[in-house]
Amino acid sequence: MDPVTASLEVTGLAFAYPDGHQALFGVDFSIARGERVALLGPNGAGKTTLVLHLNGILGGGVGSVKVAGLPVDKQHMAEIRRRVGIVFQDPDDQLFMPTVREDVAFGPAAAGLKGDELEARVRTALERVGMAEFAHRPPHHLSFGQRRRVAVATVLAMEPEILVLDEPSSNLDPASRRELADILRSLDVTVLMVTHDLPYALELCPRSLILSEGTIAADGKTAELLTDEELMRAHRLELPFGFDPRSVTMGA
Amino acid sequence: MGAGHAHRLYRHGHSPVHALPPHTKLAAVFAFVVVVVSTPREAMWAFGLYAVLLGVVAYVARVPARFLLKRLLIEVPFVAFAVLMPFVAEGERVEVLGMSLSVSGLWGAWNVLAKGTLGVAASVLLASTTELRELLLGLQRLKLPPLLVQIASFMIRYGDVITDEMRRMRIARESRGFEASGVRHWGVLAKSAGALFIRSYERGERVHLAMVSRGYAGSMPVIDEVTASRAQWSYALALPVTALVVCVVGWTL
Repeated sequence: MDPVTASLEVTGLAFAYPDGHQALFGVDFSIARGERVALLGPNGAGKTTLVLHLNGILGGGVGSVKVAGLPVDKQHMAEIRRRVGIVFQDPDDQLFMPTVREDVAFGPAAAGLKGDELEARVRTALERVGMAEFAHRPPHHLSFGQRRRVAVATVLAMEPEILVLDEPSSNLDPASRRELADILRSLDVTVLMVTHDLPYALELCPRSLILSEGTIAADGKTAELLTDEELMRAHRLELPFGFDPRSVTMGA
Repeated sequence: MGAGHAHRLYRHGHSPVHALPPHTKLAAVFAFVVVVVSTPREAMWAFGLYAVLLGVVAYVARVPARFLLKRLLIEVPFVAFAVLMPFVAEGERVEVLGMSLSVSGLWGAWNVLAKGTLGVAASVLLASTTELRELLLGLQRLKLPPLLVQIASFMIRYGDVITDEMRRMRIARESRGFEASGVRHWGVLAKSAGALFIRSYERGERVHLAMVSRGYAGSMPVIDEVTASRAQWSYALALPVTALVVCVVGWTL
């Protein structure tokens, strides 16, 4: 476990929206290849703004973002978007093609893949999330949990360097939540998970970052951060009723 | 193939007509309609032959006559106008069952009725043997502007999502005791429609973001290449070509 280049490296990132609202005030962190990291923070902390910087949808502020050593800029945009797979919160936004298969094929096809190679890519991605038999179904005929899994597959099909998930557990029932956790654990990609769901972060991510008021307020072992009551209170993070991170024994 | 998104007009089957590539079917139906429209209305027998041709297609496609006739009802509001023509048109008149009808009006009504029915029947046959998704691929193949095909495909994908959103807004309104019962409530409905528009617009932006994130740069990547062999083309074009022969005979007689 000594990767040469970090999967993601963010240095001194600051950004203000055109209306003058400053969302990020110098964000620094790096994620090594294969790590699973949770990005925690209260509403309005700048989490979404940060995510949109990772694949160059937003930009033009100060600082830099590098994905596997490649800077996020106009020149490398196509490559960056292939390497950074963002799974958005609402699968209905993510799945825009008439069938599951075509949706999963969209990314690789846009990158120029064709024919058998494309089919193979789609099949593998769907198999990894356990949705292979739904390939010809239209997305709106699937359950919410299934749609979320297909949304993950659409991004996996691009074989990304890093998978960025925005609130992956939102609106999922406990069974779908666990199924998604099993899938995420089985993947061998770097994962950055933006979430409010602290137990889910503890379950899946050994390391966490706390983003608060546009800066990284803490960076460390998830279990340690969640048990630091003062830190938690300072950044409006609250554990669900009855949940004690100390009582949880982690397998991995 | 295609377990889902069967639209209501589609009739699942495995006939030779179902198996034809969509663009050949589209081209054939279009050509057939053009031929039918350009047939002189006096050649009544020609229209009979066209109907027989469509009957043969329906038989090969295993579309039952009942199914076809029921779908044909859609044209009723359009031909209602044709029924009026014999009464209102000018010119020479004849007595039928004690009613004075215009001859040119009768011909006009017949013209609209026969051509309309044949056109609708051909379209119903196309719709019942071709899935919506395939139709789009066919249109794309026939070089319809890609933007139009994209708009149509988003309509199919998001129609249900937006209907559902509309239903939730209605439930929210009714849960707070609102019942649209008269003109006075139109203001509320109009505001709901506005809100729905804004929600859809914002969804559009989020979808665009998701597309851009996956490498969209202005044109849809080609995922399914539809191709047709010469045999398939000739199979599909058998319909309009036969119709053309009938049409030409109709003009020369």
